[in-house]
Amino acid sequence: MKNLKRIFIYTFLSLAAIVSIFPFLWMLVSITNKSVDVTQGRLLPGTHLIENMKTLFATVDIVPALMNSAIIAIISTILTLLFASLAGYGFEIHRSRGKDIVFTVLLLSMMIPFAAIMVPLYRMFGSISETAPLIGIDSLGAVILPTATTAFFIFFFRQNTKMFPKDLVEAGRIDGLSELGVFFRVYMPTMKTTYAAAAIISFMNSWNNYLWPLVILQSPEKRTIPLLISNLGSSYSPDYGVIMSAIVIATLPTALVFFLMQKHFVAGMMGSVKG
Amino acid sequence: MSQQKTKRGEIDLPVRLKDSKRQKTGVYFRKKVGWLFIIVSIIAITIFNFYPMVQAFLLSFQSGMGANLEYVGFDNWRRLFGDPTFIAALTNTSIYLLIQVPLMIVLALFFSVLLNDPNLKFRGFFRIAIFLPCVTSLVAYSVIFKYLFGVDGIINLFLLNFGIISEAINFLADPVWAKVVIILAITWRWTGYNMIFYLAALQNVDKSIYEAARMDGANAIQQFFQITVPMLKPIILFTSITSTIGTLQIFDEVVNITNGGPGNATLSISQYIYNLSFEYTPDFGYASTVSYVIVILVIILSIIQFRVAGEKK
Repeated sequence: MKNLKRIFIYTFLSLAAIVSIFPFLWMLVSITNKSVDVTQGRLLPGTHLIENMKTLFATVDIVPALMNSAIIAIISTILTLLFASLAGYGFEIHRSRGKDIVFTVLLLSMMIPFAAIMVPLYRMFGSISETAPLIGIDSLGAVILPTATTAFFIFFFRQNTKMFPKDLVEAGRIDGLSELGVFFRVYMPTMKTTYAAAAIISFMNSWNNYLWPLVILQSPEKRTIPLLISNLGSSYSPDYGVIMSAIVIATLPTALVFFLMQKHFVAGMMGSVKG
Repeated sequence: MSQQKTKRGEIDLPVRLKDSKRQKTGVYFRKKVGWLFIIVSIIAITIFNFYPMVQAFLLSFQSGMGANLEYVGFDNWRRLFGDPTFIAALTNTSIYLLIQVPLMIVLALFFSVLLNDPNLKFRGFFRIAIFLPCVTSLVAYSVIFKYLFGVDGIINLFLLNFGIISEAINFLADPVWAKVVIILAITWRWTGYNMIFYLAALQNVDKSIYEAARMDGANAIQQFFQITVPMLKPIILFTSITSTIGTLQIFDEVVNITNGGPGNATLSISQYIYNLSFEYTPDFGYASTVSYVIVILVIILSIIQFRVAGEKK
């Protein structure tokens, strides 16, 4: 009976693991095969990897797209970490009833579906395009701004700040640090793990963002990676080996960021669940 | 909890308390400074979330092509109920929601309970494997799923080779199968994500409760429903609300797997809003009306979920 249960559990988990991993394996194998082999379901590595990469870089503007995505993801992550952590700290350390009410109102913005504000946002950025082209329609700035600080990350930082030893704030003040000084010199270094977790989530979100860039970016040279892949995927005579190569290259940064910082990620998630 | 870690001996508290006048102005100053910490976020969220919400509401009473809009009262709202494309999009999105969210949450709960068992071998491997789909971008995995489930895709090859089917199924051209593929895709991508929340929450559950239950003769299933589920209730509520909001807004997968087809069999509300604004002759007013349907659904479903979670106490 007990053995039967064990066998069942391991079979169930193994099946789930195979289902989870299979698309990745297939993707990795496919970048080494010719398009024909991919459609014939070849599951063994081939010798076509270099060929696929050459074709990819020769025919697809993947380098500019990677650059655009990197710029957007890095700037938006830095802004998010700064503004959201300032706010999370401000709400938790400088607590007052007024701020608790404001916090609740800000949290409501998490319930706002993006589709509902997409059109007004588009018109808003359209109206400033003439005066401020750097943050107008078809600019990377317009992609970044709406994600620069969000209620989710403020919530995330506030939850994690609950574990921050508040005596350190007093100690910092007594040592003569200004309020901002305490934040930058005491809080930030202590909360490294939380920052790491938030950085992973923010980087992934903005690297993978699709709908808003699709709406706001128009010229081909401003395209981000998801826009490029979506375009490749909908072409009529797809070269599967090449498309898979593009997908692998697009997935690598987030996968790497995640695996390098996995521990922080899980710790950060736990921090946000607690309390 | 972690306050114990600080070295109290290092802080000379009485010094600060001596000068009460200075302390008072200090406290007053600090209260003001507290607002400075949050002011940027308040402004940004107001500009990029709340203000557009109000704008969208006003837009929902206007109509016209592109920038030439005029107030038309409730015309857009009336148009909704006679619009077959909207009805299709609403139906599809509801189907995704009703099947996908419960399926995913139950699966994630099962995985987390199984993977929380310290005696389980290869625990780390299973965890990473099941979480792995979360590192992919929605567009990238959608394109992969599109190829996996194509007529000459690997799923068909596999089913044919094992004699499960005798003829390739055109998954993406069939109104029912296409929906199934989309539901499978979202479940594949997000189950591990929800699992992490449950795993994190399970760490906080006191092990002795399970021991006591075992002593009383409760089996694994009874323990699951009578201890685990009630203990995780706040997190289950949190994940079901976020998943509901997420699935109500589904866009990337539908666009990249089926592009709403065949016919409008997989079209989601978000894709319809996008089409109304940027694909067809742009009608921002009507698009905003449709978008408010998602807002209303989010509010209603969240209230229901709060109620259900509250009543089971």
